[in-house]
Amino acid sequence: MTRPRRRRFAGIALSGWVVVHRWTSLVCTAFLLLLCATGLPLIFHHEIDHALGDAIEAPEVVASGPRTGFGRVLATARARHPDHRVLFASQEPDDDRVWYLTMAGANDDLRQVAVDARDATLLGEPVIGGHGVMAVVRSLHVDLFAGLAGKLFLGAMGVLLLASLVSGTVLYAPFMQRLAFGEVRRGRASRVKWLDLHNLIGIATLTWAFVVGATGVVNTWAELLEQHWQSTALAALPAARPGHAAIDAATAIGSALSVAPRTRIAFVAFPGAAFAGPDHYGVFLRGETPLTSRLLEPVMVDASDGAVVALAGMPWYLEALLLSQPLHFGDYGGLPLKLIWAGLDVATIVVLASGLWLWLARHARARAAAGR
Amino acid sequence: MRIWKAPIALAVLTAAGLVSALVGDGVWDAASWVALATPLAACLWFGFFRRARTSGP
Repeated sequence: MTRPRRRRFAGIALSGWVVVHRWTSLVCTAFLLLLCATGLPLIFHHEIDHALGDAIEAPEVVASGPRTGFGRVLATARARHPDHRVLFASQEPDDDRVWYLTMAGANDDLRQVAVDARDATLLGEPVIGGHGVMAVVRSLHVDLFAGLAGKLFLGAMGVLLLASLVSGTVLYAPFMQRLAFGEVRRGRASRVKWLDLHNLIGIATLTWAFVVGATGVVNTWAELLEQHWQSTALAALPAARPGHAAIDAATAIGSALSVAPRTRIAFVAFPGAAFAGPDHYGVFLRGETPLTSRLLEPVMVDASDGAVVALAGMPWYLEALLLSQPLHFGDYGGLPLKLIWAGLDVATIVVLASGLWLWLARHARARAAAGR
Repeated sequence: MRIWKAPIALAVLTAAGLVSALVGDGVWDAASWVALATPLAACLWFGFFRRARTSGP
């Protein structure tokens, strides 16, 4: 093959990647700008909740005696909402002094109650999903106020972002043929300067953007993955043995902890709720190392007699979901990591906006040329 | 290949930084901060602060 022909073929392949990059980016850019803008405050939602006084704080107790039993914690929650049944009891990874109980009443009325694990006093009632501006921000980021359909739509936009990142990476080499890394042609037209900046910031933040994009897409499937597990492995649990007195949640927790040493409670799902069997408590335990504290060890406890059913861990797709969450949220390395996350988020906004502007400027020039 | 040297270095550094804070605390977190701040620093330095090598008009 002669040189000019080979170059022409390369040109055709290149124009294909140009088309992929242009159209995947154009379709998703508006939504990604929204996701980046709303993601920025969400990185700091813990800090913002604390500043707004929306977070539940366990009071500092100087001399604390032995802890009260989980039965009294449950009693406090049930006294607050007598017509609701308890679905879940959970604890934050960094604070086992507070139990959060999620309860359901008629018409799917969900309530959450925070109870002091030490003396069973009522600490507050967090609004599920938050309230005020942060609830709006969260909904814009997660589901566009459209439930599962909104999540899956944003997931599709995320897939387009990934395609845009791959095609943009392929295009990086031909654009950089005559340039050194990081070279920005400032003396030239602002279109050239911004193309260089788009390429520089895009390639420098590529891996981060890909990981946050891909883990974000996985998170949009969370509901479906959980439902799948519920309808397969959990539905297949043996039915409760008749003739036994039903055990209480405190006994179930005790049974679960006895078979899994060196763990802490992440949450307890009550029989019939999501993550539990029809006749089993689902007790989900965290390990104590940084990595295993991210993963959950499920222990199913028969609600009729307290017998423990080993589950051989979570299925791979739920482990992948659990590990993808910190990688999306950036909440796993202290405040400095959150600040870096915010910086990379802003860098992504610059890449998105400059890409859009480059397309608009090119369009305007083409139109001007056609009119001449 | 010359074109890909810096991007690959930044990609490896980013990946190491993302994993580092996940597997450990303390020094692992600090390593992650340094690794993930590098691509940001590269954007700021090449994109906005480096004026010396600007080819004049």
